[in-house]
Amino acid sequence: MTVASALALVLALLLVSIAAWTVVTRRTFAAVEGFVAYGLLLSIAWVALNAIDVALTEAAIGAGLTGVLLIGAAARLRTTEAALSAERPGAPLRGLAAAASAAVAGAIAIGVLSLPDPAPTLAPAVAEHLPSIGLGNAVTAVLLAYRGIDTLLESIVVVFALIGVWSLAPDHLWGGYPGPRQYADPNGILAYLARLLPPIGIIVGLYIFWVGADLPGGKFQGATILAAMWLLAVMAGLADAPPISRTWLRILLVAGPLLFIAIGFAGALTAGAVLAYPDGYAKLMIKVIEAALVPTLTLTLALLVAGAPERTAPR
Amino acid sequence: MSVPTLFGLCAAALVGLGLYGVLTNPQPLRKLLAFNVIGNGVFLLFGAIARRGAAAGFAGDPVPHGLLITGIVVAFSATALAVALLLRLFQATGTVTLTDDAPTKAEADDRGV
Repeated sequence: MTVASALALVLALLLVSIAAWTVVTRRTFAAVEGFVAYGLLLSIAWVALNAIDVALTEAAIGAGLTGVLLIGAAARLRTTEAALSAERPGAPLRGLAAAASAAVAGAIAIGVLSLPDPAPTLAPAVAEHLPSIGLGNAVTAVLLAYRGIDTLLESIVVVFALIGVWSLAPDHLWGGYPGPRQYADPNGILAYLARLLPPIGIIVGLYIFWVGADLPGGKFQGATILAAMWLLAVMAGLADAPPISRTWLRILLVAGPLLFIAIGFAGALTAGAVLAYPDGYAKLMIKVIEAALVPTLTLTLALLVAGAPERTAPR
Repeated sequence: MSVPTLFGLCAAALVGLGLYGVLTNPQPLRKLLAFNVIGNGVFLLFGAIARRGAAAGFAGDPVPHGLLITGIVVAFSATALAVALLLRLFQATGTVTLTDDAPTKAEADDRGV
């Protein structure tokens, strides 16, 4: 067994153990903390699988933003925990659930062990067309060129999710500030970090977005880091999220997807197909779309964590 | 055992564990967490298959990698929407139980919640 596969084995065992613990532990807050550690280990697993772009996304969104979201929810729902644990199903039902879950896991494991060899792959097709796109990062080329339709729909889905979250506001709070106002000790460590980290984080976020054309990175990972810096300032009480009725906010939220749609349909006239790019302009168009999506994604991701409006709008 | 096969089996275990959590834990937030574990398992399986597809100078098939990034972002949006629904249910009724005899808004008001 080589060092790499020994490390992979340890990583896989750790992942399964922590996942089991987050599922069975009684304390919800501890389960969520375990989930964050598990998310970071999972991003190392992505590195072991040579998927660096996915590792960055997992660390930023899967562990980071999802962790913040779940920790906030666990803290607010803490009072409901005791009453709900009485609704836990009895041992026979749990045994049945365990048997069903084991059967599903076993079926997937059999599938994994009988995957076809040699494995089917689209990598040669990507390699063949990559020079015509002019990008060094094949994953970015997949996201914005070959599978542009997925990315377009995804950029719309996140905005729809935000509209869904906002629509949960009671009528009198519509247009108000999202979430509760956060307070923290102005001399505490959180306020200190919220002053220290954003200048560094903003540069790192913009850099990760910019190098995404040629190196691992891209708009999702960059926008998540920018959103995290904003959320840090909000959580330390140094800034506040804007009321959701602000016109500039709504314009920025739809600007990215709208520009993507506009460039996509312009492709029907200039390049002969929707979401195609004219020869020689692919890289430019991709960078324009990504640059327009960064503010949209930053705001959407941060506001998804901030939640539904809970404070009245200013008069 | 090769690294992709190892993580493929790990993915199968994650799906099983997550499914057990969704089925047995009565707390909606924990069901959501377990559902995310199932999602991670599906993603990891797809990632293992992408690693097997390494060819043409790539260390993994870049097409699944692109789809995985899309999937992770969409999973996060769905989780955020579910958390917002839970918090709204909590505000409206004072509890987040999923049983049939859950109190309605009127009953919760009568109890002064």
